[in-house]
Amino acid sequence: MKKIDSTKRYEMLKERMGNGDMDRRSFFGLLGAAGMYAGVSGGIMTAMAQQARAAGTELYFEGWGGVVSEALRKHAFNPYQEATGNKVVDSTFGGEAEVLTKIKAAGNTDGHNILHSSGVSWYKRWVDAGYGSELNLANIPNVENVMDAIIAPFKAITPNSLSAIPYDYGTTGIAYNTKHVSAEKAKELGANLLLDKELKGKIGAWGGDWANRAWYGALQSNQDPNNIEDWDAVWDKARENRDLVLKYWSSGAELMDLLAKEEIYVTEAWSGRVAALQAQGHPIAYMDPPNGLAWMESMFVLKGSPMAEAEELLNFMLDPATAIAVAEGQKYPTSLDPNKVEMTDTIKALPAYDPTGKLDKLVFRDPVVWNEVEKAQSKQWNRVSKGG
Amino acid sequence: MPSNDQSIDKRPWLLLSPSLVAITLLVVIPMAFILVYSFYENLDLAVDKVAFQFGNWSEVATDGYYHTAIWKTLRLSVIVTVLAAVLGYIPAYFIAMTKFRDKWLLLLLLILPFWISFIIRTLSWIHIFGNQGALNGLFQMLGLTDAPLSLMYNEFTVIVGFIHVFLPYMILNIYVSLEGIDGNLEPAARTLGATPWQAFREVTLPLSLPGLAAGCLLVFVLTGGSYVTPLILGGPSDFLFGNLIYDAIVTELNWPMGATLSFTLLLLLGLVVVVYSRLMGLNQLSKAFK
Repeated sequence: MKKIDSTKRYEMLKERMGNGDMDRRSFFGLLGAAGMYAGVSGGIMTAMAQQARAAGTELYFEGWGGVVSEALRKHAFNPYQEATGNKVVDSTFGGEAEVLTKIKAAGNTDGHNILHSSGVSWYKRWVDAGYGSELNLANIPNVENVMDAIIAPFKAITPNSLSAIPYDYGTTGIAYNTKHVSAEKAKELGANLLLDKELKGKIGAWGGDWANRAWYGALQSNQDPNNIEDWDAVWDKARENRDLVLKYWSSGAELMDLLAKEEIYVTEAWSGRVAALQAQGHPIAYMDPPNGLAWMESMFVLKGSPMAEAEELLNFMLDPATAIAVAEGQKYPTSLDPNKVEMTDTIKALPAYDPTGKLDKLVFRDPVVWNEVEKAQSKQWNRVSKGG
Repeated sequence: MPSNDQSIDKRPWLLLSPSLVAITLLVVIPMAFILVYSFYENLDLAVDKVAFQFGNWSEVATDGYYHTAIWKTLRLSVIVTVLAAVLGYIPAYFIAMTKFRDKWLLLLLLILPFWISFIIRTLSWIHIFGNQGALNGLFQMLGLTDAPLSLMYNEFTVIVGFIHVFLPYMILNIYVSLEGIDGNLEPAARTLGATPWQAFREVTLPLSLPGLAAGCLLVFVLTGGSYVTPLILGGPSDFLFGNLIYDAIVTELNWPMGATLSFTLLLLLGLVVVVYSRLMGLNQLSKAFK
């Protein structure tokens, strides 16, 4: 049985309304019904569902929600379940720090198997914290099709084995509403578009990741993000941005909602989410400023997971047909090498797509540099974001 | 003849023992763990060292960042409590005094929102106050505005979100208190020459104060301990002390500081209860339910 939490149910309804699949009256009716269902069904139904799922091996997956998780569910998890009889129980997290907090509190990884992990920085953190598994790549033959360039940073951290398979990549660039911001202005200002005083109260920003804000602060203070020397200048720019911000968004669904409803005209944004908005017909453009932030996401398998089933799932997900379908759904290019696997026109048109398979035009975070300063700078960001 | 037996009656303690055991296991012991954790030292993200040091407490005591959060929390809690008291008294009075035969239906309507997830109830305000929300739609349909008004993500929406969620607690407390008042008292005051307003002000209102006070205490403490509502409905400057706890534990993975902040919040809200008990007398709370 597919597990859907209240937030996901809300996101699904909201997305359908955003797509024009239902009118406002129906939306509110269903929203109320969904809410009542969530309230009433919490106890007994959950227990019954758990009993029903007990038949096959369960793999607990946590991801980013919204269109990304929907694509994975539709094109990867459902077919995998049908093919193998195993179950993938997927849910949405607020971020990997939240999962690490839960695991630390519980003292074990029960109920957590595979994470849609963001970036090499988090790969290093999970491994350093002792939660890394050892994947048997012989059970994942489709890994041969994955770009060498995207695997290399992971192998640099764990040369003898992998705990995760890179699955997709994207950029965090700048999205802007073309009705209110011209392409010329966006190009001229670049990262400084987020500091445009004319747009005060119409600017959004991602509040959930200190490093993202710091990266843009570095760009705005003319520093190399992977070699920041003046942190005060970075946070001064973050303060300048904060005073213009309407809302720090905390999820992809919230980002899309704010842009679609024109609550904000400009924000830094995840490339795939903007592509999803464009596909829905919203007048949102996207640009990667020079030295814009690129990232790669992996499917991280936590220590203690049922490895054979997890490897089977990863191999299934890396099958070219599955990986391409997921990529088209979530709007992020697949980690498969375009020199080995023929990509569709839809994939080729996605933001951040690299036809060379080398990824040398994209700038990623150096995990060693960024993880080293995280304790001090993440605390600083929390203060800056709240007026400090 | 009065009894000379001076031995202590143990029956109340026996009757209370299940509750005391539950409170000890579920509140006192966990809080003791949190207190102990507050003296630990955070070395790196999610890496703590067992220690007995006062660094975290010293930081909370001396850093203005935390004091600002405390001030904002107390201020917002007072605003929400006062508004909830004013807005809650009217429906509570109506439900208590109505001659409507099926009064239970009104009470059912009051608790109906609890069937819906708190998160969904909070998110629903985005579809009311948002750019494309019901209110802006109405304004534009009536020709009052050409462009959507920016109504979301500020202190006002946070207050609305809080009142929406906590108002039933206030209404129920006041209602229970009003329901317990002898129905002959107000007519008696009227026969003695009091106007309806005087009868309410000098008879009903004072007698319902224990319920009002209990509701106020509940709403104040619940607001003071919240963090989700400002996260969803607030802008960058709308945060409460609970948001700092979330930051410390979830985003900074600094549990010792999170424990220190949690215990600080417990002390602050506990202090409010103590001050309340000195001013009002805690026995007033029990009167609300008599």
